[in-house]
Amino acid sequence: MPVVKADLGACQGYANCVVGAPDYFDLDDDGIVVLLKIDVPEADRQRVVEAARSCPVSALRVED
Amino acid sequence: MDTVTVIVGSSIGGVRTAQSLRLEGYEGRIVLVGEETELPYDKPPLSKSFLASTATEASICLLNQQQAQELGIELQLGHAATGVDITGNLLQLQGQEALHFDNLVVATGSSARSSPWGDRPGIHVLRTLDDGRSLRGNLAKGGQLAVIGAGFIGAEAAATARMLGLQVTIVDPLPIPMSRIFNSEVGQWFGDLHRSNGVTTIFGTGVEAIDGEQGSFTLRLTNGQNLEAATVLVGIGAVPNDTWLESSGLLVDNGLVLDEYCRTVDAPHIYGVGDVARWRHQKHGEDIRIEHWTNAVEQAACVAYNITHPENPRAYTPVEYVWSDQHDWKIQVVGRVGGNAEQDIIGDPEVNGRFAALYTVDGTNLSGAAIVNWPKALLACRRGMGTGITVQELREKLEPMLDPQPLQAS
Repeated sequence: MPVVKADLGACQGYANCVVGAPDYFDLDDDGIVVLLKIDVPEADRQRVVEAARSCPVSALRVED
Repeated sequence: MDTVTVIVGSSIGGVRTAQSLRLEGYEGRIVLVGEETELPYDKPPLSKSFLASTATEASICLLNQQQAQELGIELQLGHAATGVDITGNLLQLQGQEALHFDNLVVATGSSARSSPWGDRPGIHVLRTLDDGRSLRGNLAKGGQLAVIGAGFIGAEAAATARMLGLQVTIVDPLPIPMSRIFNSEVGQWFGDLHRSNGVTTIFGTGVEAIDGEQGSFTLRLTNGQNLEAATVLVGIGAVPNDTWLESSGLLVDNGLVLDEYCRTVDAPHIYGVGDVARWRHQKHGEDIRIEHWTNAVEQAACVAYNITHPENPRAYTPVEYVWSDQHDWKIQVVGRVGGNAEQDIIGDPEVNGRFAALYTVDGTNLSGAAIVNWPKALLACRRGMGTGITVQELREKLEPMLDPQPLQAS
């Protein structure tokens, strides 16, 4: 199953991912992304990839 | 025979449209045409990390040849589009055979408004990678930097140059430049931010002329002062790249005019994305054009969806979002701010190091917010703008986060 990966050092807290897929992404108090789920079932793949791609600093990837 | 989608414009809007089309399962040909010869690159770093040399050309690349090949995206770089034949479905290119399309996506972006004070060496604008290289090269020589225009690009570049150790002056004709976006109280804080970081600000003053040459310019200001500078950056806004469409018969009016599905009215197989697109925002009930990164990305996803679902298109009704990094402030703006909206400020940059300015047009419901250094407030505002929230509800939610209540003695 595809998995979502975050580069916590790159994250700048823009929150585009949280708006795109709130069931997968959140921000902590410092504004760093928190992954709520790692595994991405096929049914979610498209919207999670779109949410990852909306990151302005490319801190998120969905890997097969 | 395969259908062909031609995308004109190889910046973020064009690249994301191509990628989103594949994600939507589009199986036709995708041709991405760009005027610049560069591989597609990301623009926000040009005034920040790229200018500071902490990002490289490779790190800001949006789509390399290998990625393009894997996705079946045909890159045609170095070709300027000169017109569209909307009945023959042809995209005309300079010095190049016209390209046939079934769907066309116009994503030609905008250009920096050029300097009215001449554009000789040492007088820069900052929009393209080449602009970035050239400004970076000149900043490395040291000397005073004069920035004309205190908008996001100018203010970000000023902050970066200051971080690099340069003497920096920002000149802007408005007394409180950020009051273009925010009201004057918040606008004032932005001026304070730059001054406290060692930037000289000359606000409420215009530039009459720039004399001299690279390395020793003299800016003659409208207040009679002269300002010496080795390098000048002109950041006075952007204009949509739409003049090449004027002969096409498509409606162009400060951008390519589109319906709520981001299709041109006369040719529904022609779409627009990003800075060049003026579309009908159903929730606002007006035609708007937005020059921000997140809009280009979201609009690209919507257009890719509409190309692949022509029988059931989705109206594009985003909540606006833009960010700017200046000195140690992360500035994030959601929805619509300033103008006639009432403002409610939570926090204070001096006391808390963070604040949220909440805006309401109807006196009750949140219509926009400007947030500095406060991720949780940003999230609450972005979520609230989506679902609907009152300013009062937000205040009740955010205020305790700002000033934790002392523990009750039991």
